[in-house]
Amino acid sequence: MKPPPFTYHAPETLDEALDALARAGDDGKVLAGGQSLIPLLNMRLAAPGHLIDINRVTELDTVEVTPEGVWAGALARHARVERSDEAAAVQPLLRAALRHVAHPVVRNRGTVVGSLAHADPAAELPAVLAVLGGSVEAASSRGRRTVPAAEFFAGPLESSLRRGELAVRAFFPALPERSGAAFAEVSRRHGDYAMAGAAAVVALDDDQRVCSARVAYLSIAATPLVLDLTASLDRRPPVTCDWAAAAGYARDHIDPDGDIHATAAYRRHLAGVLTERTLRAAAQEAL
Amino acid sequence: MHEITMTVNGVPRTASAEARRLLSDFLRHDLGLTGTHVGCEHGVCGCCTVLLDGEPVRSCLMFAVTAAGHELTTVEGLGDAGGMSPVQRAFQECHGLQCGFCTPGFLCTVTAFLRENPRPGDDEVIEAVSGNLCRCTGYQNILKAVHRAAVLIAEEDAQ
Repeated sequence: MKPPPFTYHAPETLDEALDALARAGDDGKVLAGGQSLIPLLNMRLAAPGHLIDINRVTELDTVEVTPEGVWAGALARHARVERSDEAAAVQPLLRAALRHVAHPVVRNRGTVVGSLAHADPAAELPAVLAVLGGSVEAASSRGRRTVPAAEFFAGPLESSLRRGELAVRAFFPALPERSGAAFAEVSRRHGDYAMAGAAAVVALDDDQRVCSARVAYLSIAATPLVLDLTASLDRRPPVTCDWAAAAGYARDHIDPDGDIHATAAYRRHLAGVLTERTLRAAAQEAL
Repeated sequence: MHEITMTVNGVPRTASAEARRLLSDFLRHDLGLTGTHVGCEHGVCGCCTVLLDGEPVRSCLMFAVTAAGHELTTVEGLGDAGGMSPVQRAFQECHGLQCGFCTPGFLCTVTAFLRENPRPGDDEVIEAVSGNLCRCTGYQNILKAVHRAAVLIAEEDAQ
C-alpha cells in the first residue's frame, strides 16, 4: 500500500518539533510509534500534509518513576513501560493493561502517550489514565499545560490537544496504600480490540472496608467512561461485598452501542461481568 | 526524495525513496530483499516482521526514513555461511511451514523471542507468536518448532 504523500519533518529536539508542528498548523500530524497512524495512512483514512516524526527526539524517550507515580515520555514504547519493574511496583495497572495492547511486536514500537493521543475508545491506556485520574502534559511553541484525563478525551479518536500541541508526557498516579487495581477485557481473538474492557481501582479504609471503588470502561462509550461504584458497595469488607450489586449499577448506568463485533445488549452484559471480576480482583489486591 | 542509509544484515545499504515509502516496500523494491513478505499492511498478519536493532517490528508500520541509521535484520540475514539458523532448521524439521508465506515473519519473531526467553513454556510461546497469522499449518507444528529451536540453540551454545 502507498500512504498519501506528505512533507516529512525529522526534528532532533523538542523545540524543533514544536516549531515544525506550529508551522504545519491544522495540516500537521505527529508520528511516534505509528502503530495506529500508519495503518490509517495505509488505508488512506488520514492524509496529513505534514508528518512530524519525533523518533529522533531522544529527550522524549523517558520513563520516570517516583513514589507519586509514573511519567511516560512521548517516545516511551509500550514494551519498555510493560517491562519496567519499577513502574509496575508503583502502578501495577499499567503492566496489567499493557499486556492486552495488541501483540508483543506492536508493543515494541507503539508508544504509551501515542495511544492516549490517538484516543481510541477501544484502547486500554485511555481507560487506565481515566480511572487513575492521571494527566497529559501538552507542549506547544507558546508554552505548556497539563490536561487532566477527564478533559483529555473529547470523543472517538479525538483528544483535546490543540493545534500545534504535542503530548510530551503522561502522568499515571501511583496506587495509594490499601488500594488495589485490576484490568480485564473480552475480545473475539487475543490481541484484538476488546468488545468491552474494565480497569478497576478499589481502596479500603482503616477497618478494611471498601471506601472507594472506581471502574473505567473501554469500548462502552465514545470516550473512557468512569463510574464511581462506591455507594453500591455499601462500605463493607471485601468478603461480604455484594459485587453483583455493583455490576447491576454499572449495567444501568452505561449506554453502549452495538456494532459488527458485539450487540449493545452483549456489551452491557460484558460490562457487568467485567465490573464484578475486576472489582473483586482489585479488592483482593488491596487487602 | 530522501537518501536513506541503513545497515541491513550487517551491510550498509543506501537507496533513495519518498518519505511515504514503507520499510517493507523499501526492503523489497529498493533493496531487492524479497524475503520479507507483505500481507495485510496494517499490522495484523505479522508477515513483514523484521528485526530493528534486534527487536521485532512490523516493517509495514514504519517508514523507511524513520529506520535510517538503524540496524535491520531480515529473514535473509538469519542464517550465516554455515547455513540456516537454528530457528530456521527447527521450522524445517518440525514441518512448521507449508506455503511459506508467513514464515519470514515467524522466523524473525521467534529468533528475537528465544534470545529474550531461551526456555519458554507453552503459554509464553503462544503469546509470542500470537501476532503472526498462518493459514496453513494450524500452528501446532510452529509451536513444536519454537520448542525445538530452543533446544537447538542451547546445544549450539553448549558447544
